[in-house]
Amino acid sequence: MKFFMTKNIFRSILIINVLTVLLPIFFLFNSALRETNDFARNPLVLARHPYWQNFTDVWADGSFAIYLKNSIIVTGGSLLLILIFSIGAGFVLGRYTFKGQNLIIGFILTGMLIPAKLAILPLFIQLKWMHLLNSHIGLILVYTAGALPAAIFIMSGFFRALPLDLDNAARIDGASEGQLLRKVLVPLVKPGLAIIAIYSAIPIWNDFFLPLVFLQDPSKKTIMQGLTAFFGEYQSQWGALFAGLTMAALPLIVLYLLLSEQFIKGLTAGAVKG
Amino acid sequence: MLQSGLKRQQQKFTWLLLTPGILVIVIFTSLPAFTTLSYSFFHWTGFVRGDWAGIENFQRLFTFPFRAQFLSALRHNTLVFIGIFIIQTSGGILLAYSLYQLRRGQRFFRTVAFFPVIFSLVIVGYMWQSLLNPFNGPINVIISKLGIDSGGLLWLGETKTALPTMVFINLWRWVGFPTIIFLAGLNAINAEYLEAARIDGASDFQIFRKIMFPLLAPSMTIVSVLTFIGAFEWFDLPFILGGSNGNPEGAADTLALMFYRLSFGSADSIANEVGVGSALGVVIFVIVGVGATLGAKMLRSREVES
Repeated sequence: MKFFMTKNIFRSILIINVLTVLLPIFFLFNSALRETNDFARNPLVLARHPYWQNFTDVWADGSFAIYLKNSIIVTGGSLLLILIFSIGAGFVLGRYTFKGQNLIIGFILTGMLIPAKLAILPLFIQLKWMHLLNSHIGLILVYTAGALPAAIFIMSGFFRALPLDLDNAARIDGASEGQLLRKVLVPLVKPGLAIIAIYSAIPIWNDFFLPLVFLQDPSKKTIMQGLTAFFGEYQSQWGALFAGLTMAALPLIVLYLLLSEQFIKGLTAGAVKG
Repeated sequence: MLQSGLKRQQQKFTWLLLTPGILVIVIFTSLPAFTTLSYSFFHWTGFVRGDWAGIENFQRLFTFPFRAQFLSALRHNTLVFIGIFIIQTSGGILLAYSLYQLRRGQRFFRTVAFFPVIFSLVIVGYMWQSLLNPFNGPINVIISKLGIDSGGLLWLGETKTALPTMVFINLWRWVGFPTIIFLAGLNAINAEYLEAARIDGASDFQIFRKIMFPLLAPSMTIVSVLTFIGAFEWFDLPFILGGSNGNPEGAADTLALMFYRLSFGSADSIANEVGVGSALGVVIFVIVGVGATLGAKMLRSREVES
């Protein structure tokens, strides 16, 4: 009897947690499908007749599509650089031994400790000097530099875990080092690449701070930064506001529903082996 | 011959593959981090560097008019750390333990518990701002429907409640993170210990307190250090909910917000103080660095091997 009681307490705690997590999100979606005046009368009514026009209104505004495109460029560009550089450096650090290796590893570990936010002032002036302010390339390079240390660290672990016989076998078959990396090893570290992709891409997609400082041109703004402007513009148009928030949240929600395990592994990757 | 050819190829390859990544880190992380320190020792007019200032910027940070702001922000960061640490750590342990007890359906509950962590703080902030809207926000509507006079609770608009409300929103968004760390810690505990204790007649609570909790120490170290860093660099949520001034009336001001205002100007004045801002940046870095290192050391010393 007592046994079942305690089990039920923990189950109830989890059910309460599910409600606390999902109800606010449900409220967001539901309100996105209601007409503004209808919402203002009573916020707690189901959207029986979905008012899709909120979404078309927001989309017709035009800036949303631009923000979305910019976020895809910035996140995609950063992700590409992070993956390429961390595969290269992770391979070298994980599978070769060379002079100065410990120095490089030490440097990368220190890089993980530096919070980008506190270096924002010199970064701002430096980007201005390099003509990379108000540019997606500048932003991509800063994001890449921020995520790379941890990404290299994680990748070198994945490369190190593979048996050395693989390399020797490939070399005996006449493979060059480049072929060994591309054809033999990279396919084997795919789980690591998935972790890195999520670890670095999600915070970049969600970030609004660096765009806030580095991008002033409205045509360059990213989705989360744009959302802050959007929130001021549509102040009392609830329907459009909720539709905008929903549209901004949806891409990651869909990905999470498909890949939740990889998301959890990826986003906690920096913490578990710290 | 073959061996040395391979060695040479590897050497070339090593630097070819390492250099681009290292270069990006040096130019866009290490260099600016070092420059922040140097900036704090110069006079500044806007973004133009003047002459050597010695420790004047640090002195100005600790005197009128910055002193009061600094101390108030520091106090808020400390309160936020204590608040977040207590509720997020205990919430995380409670959820992790509940998940651990579950034989079936663990995956579903775990997926939902972690769900908010993927949301941008911009979306989280605005969503909760709407939920807590004093006039037609659902929370106040529910409160008054329950027959309790909400008295038009202002939540984020009231100096007394703003900071605690933000801490709660932070809990909603983050608690899944420590939950997963603690769950991993619980799963790593050797089942034989628990079995042995059970045979000796220990209750579930005793097992948790005497065996599981001490063995969770490594997870506790990670969570505490990350919470400390997060709390003393707290920026996104107070910025979205209260702007760069930490509104209402500076009740939600933090060190990072003050740093942002000094660096880039505030909502009511675009005049900035790059020198004092850099000094504050250095101070925040020292607080976070020293605090996290000492904390990690202290916590690690009480970890035991499981």
